[in-house]
Amino acid sequence: MAVHIGKQSVKFDLCPVVTATASTVGTKEGEGPLKDYFDVILKDNLAGKDTWEKAESEIARQNISLAIKKAGLKNEDIDYIITGDLLNQCCGSTYGIRDMGIPYFGVFGACSTMGEAMALGSLLVDGGGAKRVVAAASSHFCSAEKQFRFPLELGTQRPQTATWTVTGDGAAVIERKGKGPKITGITTGKIVDMGITDGNNMGAAMAPAAADLIERHLKDFGVAPDHYDVIATGDLGYVGHALVHEMLEKKGITLGDRYIDCGIEIFDRKTQDTHSGGSGCACSAVTFAGMLYSRLKSGEINRLLFIPTGALMSPTSLGQGESIAGIAHGVVIENVG
Amino acid sequence: MDKEKQREYQKMVENASPNSPVVKDCIRAFFVGGIICTIGQLIMNFCLNMGADMKDASTYTSVILVVTASVLTGLGIYGKLGKFAGAGSIVPITGFSNSVTSPAVEFKKEGYILGVGSKIFLIAGPVILYGVISSMLVGIVYYFVR
Amino acid sequence: MWGDVMDYIKAFIVGGIICVIGQILIDKTKLTSARILVLFVVVGCILGGLGLYQPLVDFAGAGASVPLPGFGNLLARGVKEEIDQVGALGILTGGFKASAAGISAAIVSAFIMSLIFDPKEK
Repeated sequence: MAVHIGKQSVKFDLCPVVTATASTVGTKEGEGPLKDYFDVILKDNLAGKDTWEKAESEIARQNISLAIKKAGLKNEDIDYIITGDLLNQCCGSTYGIRDMGIPYFGVFGACSTMGEAMALGSLLVDGGGAKRVVAAASSHFCSAEKQFRFPLELGTQRPQTATWTVTGDGAAVIERKGKGPKITGITTGKIVDMGITDGNNMGAAMAPAAADLIERHLKDFGVAPDHYDVIATGDLGYVGHALVHEMLEKKGITLGDRYIDCGIEIFDRKTQDTHSGGSGCACSAVTFAGMLYSRLKSGEINRLLFIPTGALMSPTSLGQGESIAGIAHGVVIENVG
Repeated sequence: MDKEKQREYQKMVENASPNSPVVKDCIRAFFVGGIICTIGQLIMNFCLNMGADMKDASTYTSVILVVTASVLTGLGIYGKLGKFAGAGSIVPITGFSNSVTSPAVEFKKEGYILGVGSKIFLIAGPVILYGVISSMLVGIVYYFVR
Repeated sequence: MWGDVMDYIKAFIVGGIICVIGQILIDKTKLTSARILVLFVVVGCILGGLGLYQPLVDFAGAGASVPLPGFGNLLARGVKEEIDQVGALGILTGGFKASAAGISAAIVSAFIMSLIFDPKEK
């Protein structure tokens, strides 16, 4: 049985296994520094469809199917799919998996969705509610721009603090038994809002939630940062990454080089013109499913604290002057016995 | 206390956030904006030479620039220019045209009435609304003081 | 037939400077392009109403009439001319009348583009 420890964490007993992952990304991500880790790099970001929204669903469909196949399973072996995206009413996910015939929990955690899905998935598996689940998340640059900002062809400049929504889908198959790195614990974030209203500085809006989660996690589990080989936040970018370091340093917690951000890893700042880095549900999802999982498998990383981060807001809330609420979800993945 | 914390954080954010490269941006805006206006002058002089009066020449110039920018937007060129030039391609009338054509193309998949038809005014709507209101205010004042 | 070379130099410099003002506003105040468009038209209209913008148009030609304050100035001038001709009703009709060609060209051309082109990536 899983045990609730500290204030916000759960320590698993059976430790669900991540038996396979799959990552599908768009063309720009496929030119970035992590290109060798992705399973599929699209040649066309429309994925053969006629709208960005349908393309996102198609990417989710193909990638989730690929993850199930890579785990050596069939659709009927999967007890639940837990997935989400950024589009209104989670349509990206819904239409992607509608023909799969697998029970579905739609989740929304903005860009932290992958963390939320993996946490809920491992709770289900560890608690005996499921044998095998798929946790996934997707986003698409073009559908996100269209929904959250301006038409793509509007000739505007993005500020230096802005991030670039990652096109892709990352999926992980979580099973009760099997070979692979195990999920040994989770820390569920609470909403932290420091009053940031600038929709072009999401990293700054989410950084306090990430810092709060890291501090909480270390206390709940009674460990120091050096317990982990890598601590990876989701999509804070250069601005948010620096702010997390600064905030934790003030509290006497030094993360050092082990602290990376998926938004920084996924694009080359100099050549890809992505300003503060990558963002979107797919940013942390594909970085985990691609690079981080592959390094766990190879033993390059043995203990990972994976923290997808999300900015909880909508164009309506921003229009009404609401500040951007941040959230972060921590998942511990390790190579154990 | 909370407000205090937020203010303190806001300061941290300002320090951590890189500023826009203002000088580089301004140089680009100056050249691109200047070139668009020079092209406008070229069209205007041509029209004047063809016998149009000043007012008509000015109208022809606007129309030709608007249609050209609209086609460039459809071709996917104006958006790239905007990324390079910023205000240099937003502030001329061609930027207004870009702001009308870009949502029209972007939302065509949602249909011609509520997609193209309504979204075409996404950015042009406010421009026309506040332009007409301010012109009416000017008119009211002018009517009484002329 | 192409006029004086000074026409072009003046248009280039004045047009460029108006765009630089917009760029400084974007970089320093984080105004979106939609707000810049609205602001420049309204400011142009008010300056035009006060009779302060027309001299710049007379000096710089397209350098002052092509940027959006020129569009605002056109609205103000249109209202004034209309009032002179038809009286109070001109307050309502002048603005739209003066801007009719530009707005019609923009929306009709945008509509045609939406028939021809599909959305593209950046």
